[in-house]
Amino acid sequence: MSERPEGCALVTGASRGIGAATALMLAADGWPVRINYRSDEAGAKEVVAKIEAEGGTATLWQGDVADADDIARIVEPGDDGPVLVLVNNAGLRRDALSPQIDDDQWQQVIDVNLTGTFRATRAALPHMLRARFGRIVNVSSVVGLHANPGQANYAASKAGVIGFTKTVAAEVARRGVTVNAVAPGLIETTFTEDVMDGDMAKAIPARRVGTPEEVAACIRFLASEQASYVTGTTLTVDGGLSA
Amino acid sequence: MATQVSNESVEKTIYDGLVELGTERDDLSREATLESLDVDSLDLVELAQIVEDEYGVELKGDDVKDVKTVGEVIDLVVAKAS
Repeated sequence: MSERPEGCALVTGASRGIGAATALMLAADGWPVRINYRSDEAGAKEVVAKIEAEGGTATLWQGDVADADDIARIVEPGDDGPVLVLVNNAGLRRDALSPQIDDDQWQQVIDVNLTGTFRATRAALPHMLRARFGRIVNVSSVVGLHANPGQANYAASKAGVIGFTKTVAAEVARRGVTVNAVAPGLIETTFTEDVMDGDMAKAIPARRVGTPEEVAACIRFLASEQASYVTGTTLTVDGGLSA
Repeated sequence: MATQVSNESVEKTIYDGLVELGTERDDLSREATLESLDVDSLDLVELAQIVEDEYGVELKGDDVKDVKTVGEVIDLVVAKAS
């Protein structure tokens, strides 16, 4: 394997679900991992403990990705070097039919899912450019690609993430920095537990919901050195739901 | 801690930064245009990061969009740092 520069990985929203599974895998790949969380300190500590138990390195980074100052602090180069792998995973849903989405519901979802992704990317990129290496993986959603009534705000934020991903990828490709997205379908996490019901799996060709690990494995690939020629793409991880 | 700002120190930082980005040191002068040195927009982003690390001065896109020569970059950094 070619030598990679010294630095760390940052996973936002890493205290549970896809973020936690991703953090574990990146640590297994040898990255010191910054575990960002907003409120679930216990979950985040558990992720750190798991990583350390497996011989990896992880640190806790409390902060709200919707807060510009928090983002600046979380992405700032530290003892673990610059952030060279950035996984923009932190996400929020505030579901309602579009005529009933109030301004707060709209803005919160955009602030976390889209603006948070932009700010973290903006802060990390100059260091990646200097290192001539960087991997950014943005967690979008199949809802950013296909209609899902009741999630217009979420859909707008996740479609925005895909557009953002493509353009930033084209801007920085010549410096060895790749920017990609994953679009998970229905994944079994606390994020989706309120929308899960028995019939849902019938609509999925795989006849089951996905696991956080199945999404994390895709992120892990996109974050790897082996994915050096993959950029600007969106990898759908949905058991064939949108096929 | 940010480095003391003087014309000479900024000039050295900018020249060293441009060499690091692939420019020949012999081609550098205050009058040299960024275009003639093949300094592209992404190089300027990196140069801005070098300047920020050294002097704590943030160069935004709007700050550098009209900059044409190496001398103008140096003057801009000195002005922003003062």
